[in-house]
Amino acid sequence: MMDFLCQSLHYKNNFLTNFERKLLSSSSSAASLSGFLPDSIHVNKKEYRPSIRAVMAPPQPQRPPSTTGLVKQAMTMTEKILARASERSNLDTGENVWVNVDILMTHDVCGPGTIGIFKREFGENAKVWDREKIVIIPDHYIFTNDELANRNVDILRDFSVEQNIKYFYDINDRSNFRANPDYKGVCHIALAQEGHCRPGEVLLGTDSHTCNAGAFGQFATGIGNTDAGFVMGTGKVLLKVPPTLRFVMDGEMPDYLLAKDLILQIIGEITVAGATYKSMEFTGSTVESLSMEERMTLCNMVIEAGGKNGVVPADQTTFNYLEGKTSAKFEPVYSDEKAKFLHEYKFDTSKLEPVVAKPHSPDNRALARECKDVKIDRVYIGSCTGGKTEDFLAAAKIFLASGKKVKVPTFLVPATQKVWMDLYGLPVPGSGGKTCSQIFEEAGCDTPASPNCGACLGGPRDTYARMNEAKVCVSTTNRNFPGRMGNKEAQIYLASPFTAAASALTGYVTDPREFLR
Amino acid sequence: MTTTMASKALQPPPCAFSFSFAPTHRLAPPSARLPLLRYSWPSSSLSRRCNHSPTLTLHATSSSSSSTLEGGEAVEKVFHGECFVLDDNIDTDQIIPAEYLTLVPSNPEEYAKLGSLALVGLPSRYPSFVAPGQPLSRYAIIIAGANFGCGSSREHAPVALGASGVKAVVAESYARIFFRNSVATGEIYPLESAEGRLCKECRTGDLVTVEMEKERGRLTNHTTGKEHKLKPIGDAGPVIEAGGIFAYARKTGMIVAATM
Repeated sequence: MMDFLCQSLHYKNNFLTNFERKLLSSSSSAASLSGFLPDSIHVNKKEYRPSIRAVMAPPQPQRPPSTTGLVKQAMTMTEKILARASERSNLDTGENVWVNVDILMTHDVCGPGTIGIFKREFGENAKVWDREKIVIIPDHYIFTNDELANRNVDILRDFSVEQNIKYFYDINDRSNFRANPDYKGVCHIALAQEGHCRPGEVLLGTDSHTCNAGAFGQFATGIGNTDAGFVMGTGKVLLKVPPTLRFVMDGEMPDYLLAKDLILQIIGEITVAGATYKSMEFTGSTVESLSMEERMTLCNMVIEAGGKNGVVPADQTTFNYLEGKTSAKFEPVYSDEKAKFLHEYKFDTSKLEPVVAKPHSPDNRALARECKDVKIDRVYIGSCTGGKTEDFLAAAKIFLASGKKVKVPTFLVPATQKVWMDLYGLPVPGSGGKTCSQIFEEAGCDTPASPNCGACLGGPRDTYARMNEAKVCVSTTNRNFPGRMGNKEAQIYLASPFTAAASALTGYVTDPREFLR
Repeated sequence: MTTTMASKALQPPPCAFSFSFAPTHRLAPPSARLPLLRYSWPSSSLSRRCNHSPTLTLHATSSSSSSTLEGGEAVEKVFHGECFVLDDNIDTDQIIPAEYLTLVPSNPEEYAKLGSLALVGLPSRYPSFVAPGQPLSRYAIIIAGANFGCGSSREHAPVALGASGVKAVVAESYARIFFRNSVATGEIYPLESAEGRLCKECRTGDLVTVEMEKERGRLTNHTTGKEHKLKPIGDAGPVIEAGGIFAYARKTGMIVAATM
C-alpha cells in the first residue's frame, strides 16, 4: 500500500523528517483496522472477499517507550519483523511504517526499469544506498535470441559495474550456461542457496514470488519498479503492517503428498483473493517436518492467494540449511503465544489427497484422482515453485517406481546451476546409485535444460518449452491464468512434482498413488 | 495550476476550450455541466487519440478549498468516455503478457509500445481493447470485478494501461501489488465501487462519467441512465495527481535530489 502517513521518528534522511511534520499536522481522521477476531477454528467459505477499506490509514500517535511500565503487546512474527525493521518497540496491524530493507533483489525483466527510475529520480551519478545489500540476478529471459532481452542483461551488467554491486550473478555466454561461473539461475532459489535469506530480516524483490523467502522466517514480498527504485536510493520502504492468517498443519505427511499439494489445498480453500493484504503464517507439526525446499514451495505461492507475505518459523532445519551459506548474524523472531490472528485454519494433513489447480485459476482446486479422464499433451517440471532439487528427486521417485517411459513430452528445467548439478550428481534413494538425470533419460524425458525461469511465464517466442499452441499441460509452476505459459487457449493444470511425473507416465492427469503403492 | 502527467510519452494536444469551476462546486448531473463539446484538434497522428472524449479537469483553487492536503489542491477530477468491462481476477498476464516484459517502461519509446499492447492477453471472448495497429485505446475507463491486477508484481501492468490512455479503473477490489504500483507510478486512478458489481451493471462501450472528490466519488452511466457510488480515492489521489510517488515527493518538498 502506498500509504504516506509516516510513523517512525528514526531515520537518517532529512526529507522524511519534514514530510512527517507536515503529515502529523494534517487533520484527517478515519477508522483504522481495529480489533481482531479471536483465534478460532474456521474453515473459510468461497464467498469470502476481503474489502479494501481504506487507501490511507490515519497518523497514529507514537507509542511511548515501555519505560512507563506498559506491558508489551503480543505480536505475530510478521509484526515483530516489521517492528524491528522500523525501529519500533511494537506495532499495530494497519499502521504504516518506514522499514529498513536488508536485501533488495532484482532481475532482468524489472531491473532495467528500476534502474531507469533510480537514475531519473536520484540523478545519473547517484550511488545506491548499499552496494552489498542489492542482489542482481538475471534469470527470466536468458537463453533467447530476443534482442531486447539480451540488452536487458547488458543493462544489469553496466549498472552493476558502475555501482560496484557485490552480488551480480552475471551471464555472458548464453550458448553454454556452465561457462558462466557467476550465473545462478532462478532468483528466488539463488537467493536461498547463496545465503541471502535470513530469519528476521526484510527482503524485497521486483518479483511477486519474492514471498518464497518467507520460508526462512523473514518478511519477504514483491514490489514494483518505482518502489524498488526508491529503495535503491534510500534503503527504506513504506509498508502497511498486515494482519496474519494462521495455517496450522498437523499430522503425518503421507508419502504421496508434497508441499505443493498443501499450498494448492489452502489456495483452493481461501481463493485467489483470500489473503489480500494479509500475512500467511504456516505452523504445525507437518510444517516442522518439511525441508527448507518444501517450505519454500509453501511460501512461494502465498502471492497466488493474494498474500502480502508468508512466514514459517525458523528452527533447526533452517539453521542447518544456512550453515556454510552465510556468516551474517541473524536473529529469528517468533509469534507470541497471545498474538492475535485474523483467522486460524487447521488442517489434518494425514487426510489430504493430491490436488491440482485446474485451468484457469490457482484456486480452481480439484482432486487429482477426479481429473483422471483429462488427456494431456505435455508435462513441465521447473520454476522456483517446482524446479528445485527435491522437486526433481520427487519426480524421479515416480519414474523409478514405474520403470516405464513417459507418454507425452516432459520438459525439465532446473531452477539453478546447483540444481542442475544435483540432477547429474546426486544418487536417487532406492535406485541403486542412479542419478536423476539417468532416471529421466530412461523414462524418455527431455534432457534437463539450462537453468532459468523458462516457460513458467511464457517468455519470448523462442523460449524452450513455451506453450505456443492450445494444448493441455500439467505443470509444477505457480500460475495458470489464461496465456500464462504462452498460448491464450492453452490449459494448465498446476500440480506437485509427484502428480506431474505420474501424469507424464499415463498421458492423463494422474494421482501419484497409482505409482506409489 | 495545470495537471502534468510527466511520465506520459504522448500529451493531449492543446484544447480549444478551457474550463474553470468555482471551488464550491458540488457534484451535479453531468448534463448540467458539460457543454456540447466541439474541438478542433491539430491534424496529426495525435488526432486519433481524441476519438474518445477528452479529460476534463476541475481545478479547485487551494485558497478556498477546505481540507486540502499539504502541498496540493484537493483532487477533483472528472473522466468521461467509453468504458471497457472486465470480469473478476484479471491477472497481470492478461493485462500485459510476459513476452512483452522485455520492454522497459522508463524508456519512452518502449513505454508507448506497452500502451499499444495493453490487455492484449485477454481471452478472445473480449473485444479488442486497443485496435490493432493503434497506439492508444478508445476506452478511457475500465470497469472490472474483484481482485483486479492479481498475479505478478510487474509494474508494466498499470504502466501499459496508463500508456494506452486509460484514466481510471473502477473495480470491485484490487490485488495489493497492482494497487500499490498504480499509486506509485501515478499511471491510473484505481477506484473502487462502493455498491454492487459494476461489471454486471455496465457493458463495454457504455458512455460513462467518473467524478472524483476527496470524500466521495460517482460513476454515471449515460447509456443505462444509472448512477453508482464510488469509494473516495482519499489521500492516494494527490499522489497520482502529481504523477506518482517521486513527483509527489518533489511537489511536497521532501525529495532527495541527487544523493551522493
